[in-house]
Amino acid sequence: MRISADSDVCIGSGQCVLTEPAVFDQDDSAGTVVLLATEPDAAQQDAVRDAVYLCPAQALSIVEE
Amino acid sequence: MNRTCPFSAPPEYEELRTDTPVVRVGLPGGQSTWLVTRHEDVRAALTDPALSSNRRNPGFPLRAFGLRVTNDFPQPMIGLDGAEHSASRRAVISEFSVPRITALRPRIQQIVDDAIDDLLASGPPADLVRTVALPVPSLVICELLGVPYADHGYFQTRTAKIINRTTVVEERQAAVVELRSYLDELVTAKEREPGDDLLGRQIRRQRDEGTEDHGSLVSLAFLLLVAGHETTANMISLGTLALLSHPDQLGLVRDDPATTPLAVEELLRYFSIADAATARTATADTEIGGQRVAAGDGVIASGLAANRDPLVFERPDELDVTRGARHHVAFGFGPHQCLGQNLARAELTILFDTLLRRVPTLALAGEVDDVPVKQDATIYGCYELPVTW
Repeated sequence: MRISADSDVCIGSGQCVLTEPAVFDQDDSAGTVVLLATEPDAAQQDAVRDAVYLCPAQALSIVEE
Repeated sequence: MNRTCPFSAPPEYEELRTDTPVVRVGLPGGQSTWLVTRHEDVRAALTDPALSSNRRNPGFPLRAFGLRVTNDFPQPMIGLDGAEHSASRRAVISEFSVPRITALRPRIQQIVDDAIDDLLASGPPADLVRTVALPVPSLVICELLGVPYADHGYFQTRTAKIINRTTVVEERQAAVVELRSYLDELVTAKEREPGDDLLGRQIRRQRDEGTEDHGSLVSLAFLLLVAGHETTANMISLGTLALLSHPDQLGLVRDDPATTPLAVEELLRYFSIADAATARTATADTEIGGQRVAAGDGVIASGLAANRDPLVFERPDELDVTRGARHHVAFGFGPHQCLGQNLARAELTILFDTLLRRVPTLALAGEVDDVPVKQDATIYGCYELPVTW
């Protein structure tokens, strides 16, 4: 799986960080999403799918399953 | 449409979701609007760029906000769309990020501990709203913004008038103007000497960027102060009421602190206190759930109806603190989703953990049906919650 995040669309709700903190973080000064991994492990992939669904700004996408 | 007991959704929602999930409804004063009740459609409506949040659009459904108050103050971010909204929100999102809120937790814990000291000193019995539910979020938002807590009586009474639907329009207008002029003076003082608080940081940031704008800072302070204390206060009192009335659920939370964050999500879903705050106006023709919505039409996306949608939540009318469902829309959805949601989560988690541990015999002093609930307010809650121990 490969994912991407659009920090221009991100509104900093933090839903992704709450869902999978090993993959998502928030930039300290901008507050917007930072990807800690672009190719999540098999064990993280369900949580990443949840984060994509939960993102209120639709800033996250799965580029490749 | 009213909630028939403290814990129920208006019964009309179930029928609407099944038969006419996007329906034309009349509002007091002759206005009409579309009401959206399915979870999927509410999410779609709140991310539809054809639906505007501008409260000054003529078709904006105002029932949720009482009668129209006219003023020319700059609208805070909740009334802005598109790029203008994005710029306004981006200036403050780092203040409410998950890591920043985590850093505030020790201070929130102290504030909660002090409030529970007050509760224990003033009873039993005591009113949980006055001793705990109101002071905790008020103190937290005051410290974050840099508003003197000593003035809490002033802004609490005015906020209560602003969000009460039965307040007559002149009184609402007066409350808005008074609160606005209080914050105007406060921002002016901070502009002379910007401190290490959210408003001070915004002033410095705007100066660095050459975008200093006094009016928009006052609007920001107004929004964060009003939204920051009343909402969380209502979730503290309603959440406590629900747990004390569901002993099996209370036991699950008290026995395992790992359950508390899940319980907080479930209580947010179950009460959806800002049910009708997610109102919009179509600025272009669009479609919601297969229903054509014309430019100029008002739309209310009901968070409570969506959060009780059986297609998305099993046994939706049951309180289940182990449900673990975070896809509720209690904080709204789309680009306007609640800015302070992680602050609210932190306050609620710390509060329920501490309250249930420090006051293990906590119980309602009276019957559930006698608790005075806010049927008349935009944000649902209870006016008083008598408790004993």
